[in-house]
Amino acid sequence: MKLFFSFISGFIFSIGLSISGMVDPNRIIGFLDIFGKWDPTLLFVMGGAVMVNVVTFYFIMKKGQGYDSCELDLPVKKDVDKKLVIGSALFGIGWGIFGVCPGPALANLFLLNANMIAFFLSMISGMLIYQLTSES
Amino acid sequence: MESWILPLFGGVIIGLATTTLLYFNGKITGISGILGSSLKKPTPEIYWKYTFIFGLISGSLIFSFFYPQFFNYEIPMGMTAAVIGGLFVGYGTRLGSGCTSGHGVCGISRFSKRSLVATLTFMISGMIAVAVVKLF
Repeated sequence: MKLFFSFISGFIFSIGLSISGMVDPNRIIGFLDIFGKWDPTLLFVMGGAVMVNVVTFYFIMKKGQGYDSCELDLPVKKDVDKKLVIGSALFGIGWGIFGVCPGPALANLFLLNANMIAFFLSMISGMLIYQLTSES
Repeated sequence: MESWILPLFGGVIIGLATTTLLYFNGKITGISGILGSSLKKPTPEIYWKYTFIFGLISGSLIFSFFYPQFFNYEIPMGMTAAVIGGLFVGYGTRLGSGCTSGHGVCGISRFSKRSLVATLTFMISGMIAVAVVKLF
């Protein structure tokens, strides 16, 4: 049952990305291009998602459990550390270079575009490099 | 139709998708984390990640059968940008514990200080990257 709901979540997420236009790297680069013709679309997408989640997450977290007494697995780290800032800065550089983050990278795979597939494989390699070089 | 309506609507759908995963699976929708940790040794505890990823890949595909106009864009960047950008996104999101979904959409909705710092960091470094790329 849980496998089904996580499938549904991914499926709906992908449709949301498609409708919002965030699968299109031009929109992302347009958002990040503050010195050019700035495209604020991403803010509306994030705003829409956060608007929903602020309410739903509040009630789920207040209850302390999900459907059918499902335990919540929330991030435990609270402090801003060097890894968070450096990692996010590196991610932002890659995001600006190609205009794609991990969600759209997956949602765009079906296009079978060579550059998009190369980006995806390279992103997976970056994740594996991190996993092989980090201590834990 | 106003240009911000579809993005806002897409954002609301993304919010509903992340709410689904929190409510039914107790998990935060962090796509880089889900993808990265799904590369580890398979155990039954992570099977939900495979179905989530499958949903994310297939949602846009099914959607494109009905609304192909959402996928009418050219991929603006070439192979070099794909490979370099992919490495940065893959490594950076794992080092920084998240991407646009985990930090940007879910973290900000939980009022997480770490996620707010991460989101501002990758947006600013993305803006710098786009400005630098434009010089070439």
